[in-house]
Amino acid sequence: MKYVLLTLFLTLTSAAFALNGAIGIHDPSTVVQDHGKYYVYGTGGGSLVSDDGWTWRAGVRPALTGAAPDVIHIGDRYYMYVAVGLGGETKAGVAMVWSKTLDPKSPDYKWVKGAMVASSNGVEDSNAIDPGAFLDPTTGRMWLVYGSYVGYIRLVELNPKTGEDLNPKEKPIDLAINCEASDMMYHDGWYYLLATHGSCCRGADSGYNIRVGRSRKVTGPYLDAEGVDMIQGGGTQLIGSGGRFIGPGHFGLINLGNGVEKFSMHWEADLDQGGRSVLGIRPLLWKNGWPVAGEVLTGGTFEIHSVHTGTSLDMAVEGVPVGGPRRFGFGGPRPPAGSRGGPGARPAPGARPGPPRGPGGFGGGMFGGTGHPIPDQTAADVSKNWPAGTVNAGMSNYLCQAQQKWQITPVPDAGGYIGGPYFKITIAGTDRALAATADAELAVVPAFTGAPEQLWRLDQLADGSWRIMPKAVPNWKEPVALSAVGASFATLSKFDPKSDVQHWLLKTP
Amino acid sequence: MNVYRKYLISALAAFIGLAVIAMPGSAAAAAKSYGSTLTSPTTPTLVTGANGFIKRWFVLDPIPARGLTRDLVQAMAKKQYFHDQYTIIPKNGEQETVDGKTLTWRAVDTKLYNVDLRHYGQAFHQPWTNVLFWAVTIVNSPREMQNVRLAIGSNAASVWWLNGQEVIGIYGDRQTVIDDGVSERVTLKKGPNVVRTMVVNAGGATDFCARFLDVNNKPIKGLTVTLREPHQ
Repeated sequence: MKYVLLTLFLTLTSAAFALNGAIGIHDPSTVVQDHGKYYVYGTGGGSLVSDDGWTWRAGVRPALTGAAPDVIHIGDRYYMYVAVGLGGETKAGVAMVWSKTLDPKSPDYKWVKGAMVASSNGVEDSNAIDPGAFLDPTTGRMWLVYGSYVGYIRLVELNPKTGEDLNPKEKPIDLAINCEASDMMYHDGWYYLLATHGSCCRGADSGYNIRVGRSRKVTGPYLDAEGVDMIQGGGTQLIGSGGRFIGPGHFGLINLGNGVEKFSMHWEADLDQGGRSVLGIRPLLWKNGWPVAGEVLTGGTFEIHSVHTGTSLDMAVEGVPVGGPRRFGFGGPRPPAGSRGGPGARPAPGARPGPPRGPGGFGGGMFGGTGHPIPDQTAADVSKNWPAGTVNAGMSNYLCQAQQKWQITPVPDAGGYIGGPYFKITIAGTDRALAATADAELAVVPAFTGAPEQLWRLDQLADGSWRIMPKAVPNWKEPVALSAVGASFATLSKFDPKSDVQHWLLKTP
Repeated sequence: MNVYRKYLISALAAFIGLAVIAMPGSAAAAAKSYGSTLTSPTTPTLVTGANGFIKRWFVLDPIPARGLTRDLVQAMAKKQYFHDQYTIIPKNGEQETVDGKTLTWRAVDTKLYNVDLRHYGQAFHQPWTNVLFWAVTIVNSPREMQNVRLAIGSNAASVWWLNGQEVIGIYGDRQTVIDDGVSERVTLKKGPNVVRTMVVNAGGATDFCARFLDVNNKPIKGLTVTLREPHQ
């Protein structure tokens, strides 16, 4: 089932668009959050900050700058690891600084210099740059991977209380080869090593792509989905170039809790921004134990189906059967050619002729059809009988009817959330908008006003389905998500990661 | 079956039901079976079990009706068929006159999660196609419960009221699915709460089920179901 969902959604939402605002950065650290704001740091002291994770602006240059930093939050410290050149092509090291906050306006904002945690002497099979920090959620042990093409991706254990090398005299563990920009994560009994293959720093000619292997032990070996060890060049692709974005690299996990995960990276080139390197954030999905890159929803017209009930979200109005009312009986006269959408409706302009009517000798009866393709039902066809005011939202078996088709549209300048903009959700062909009510129920209001209760956040979940949440509910403090409590009824309630009640499929009508 | 015999059976059934309901606290009489799933109540109260289903109802003999669409069913729900149809708590065997026909309220318990109205029709020699049924029961809550939901299923369309307020409508030709229709958040008062429904059927099987869900959408068990309010 999950495989089906995943395949479906990767197909339906292949387009993507960039994050909003100033997003130019290269070799980004993992995006981390501090007091509600998001921070990311890049090569050369570049940094970005965002209040919502969607719209970014330039941040403050950190105290220690270098190449490809990574940041991790453990306890009351933010540790930053930065590659600093020690001279020579592969003579390098990873330095560490830490601060209690990333907010430059805070009195606690002070970067404290720590010890070097890794180095390469320019001769050995290692290039000690591109650090990636990892806290093992099962053991509390802290690790750092580093390396870049020359030689190995290496692993050292750090002290989570100090952020420094726990065993400086021990030899690092070799994990992978022919890659760089590595990082690690843990999921469901497996450790995953993410690394970037291909060439960087060539703009639209960069072959960067993120690959992954997994191991039962943090120390490896890390095998890809084909069983090839990453230390022999293996790696299953997580994400490569696509659309107008080229060269993803420098994976960083963003765990939002409740089973919702995203990842940060850079695109070597965003063609819409002149080929500059920009920050990217994508949903992280899972398929058969392997991570898969989700997509940023760009909008479109969709059926919104509940995974839980199989029924679809609609505006609770009297439905009009597509193609007109069904005729009972096996024979009878052919339905007269008539009005659009009614019995015997004329073919749409340009429509190809349909199959002969009356298969099996049923004539024009209930199995005979109209004899030509039935045009899609639009709101304009049937909305004259819809109530003018606010209407309840409901759920029903999907029947291709106009009140079951939703236009999902990003709303400019309405802000967003980590990795995505807020959307309005309207009945296709109308301005009737899905809204949260003051008692955390649902309604379809006559017109979209841009009010917070009419703005919706859509996060792709691990199985490829979507979580749909209003930006705000009047007089309601707890975040809530669209929920299919009954087959015919949808409401808003607290997200439950253990249930599929709040998992929704977006299908193209 | 001729009309005389039908009325005789109805009167007999009403008498039996009255005898049972009229003696709360008395030794339980033997239940009379109405088909394979319905019985006459033999105890003053019934408690919702682990799945929370309400298994005791007054059902009124069916009224001819055609149509299952939202607009038609809503029109039926607003039509005045008999006096006090939105407020009545009948007595077992009490009768209504609708379009000149005498209809009887009958108390039934169901052995299953649902009330099978086809079985009701078969047992009481009533039609069950192209008809609508009114049913009512009383759910007694030990305390006020806020943000709960009435959750129902029906074959086919149905409209539901809680304490006089319409809270659910489901329409079209459909089968009974547990929690098909769910109300918005409602409050169960401490003490008696009246749940009322009108179920409309076209052809074939017809039944309904109902229960309350708590704030976590879990069935509420331990509610006491009766067929009369305390002052009755």
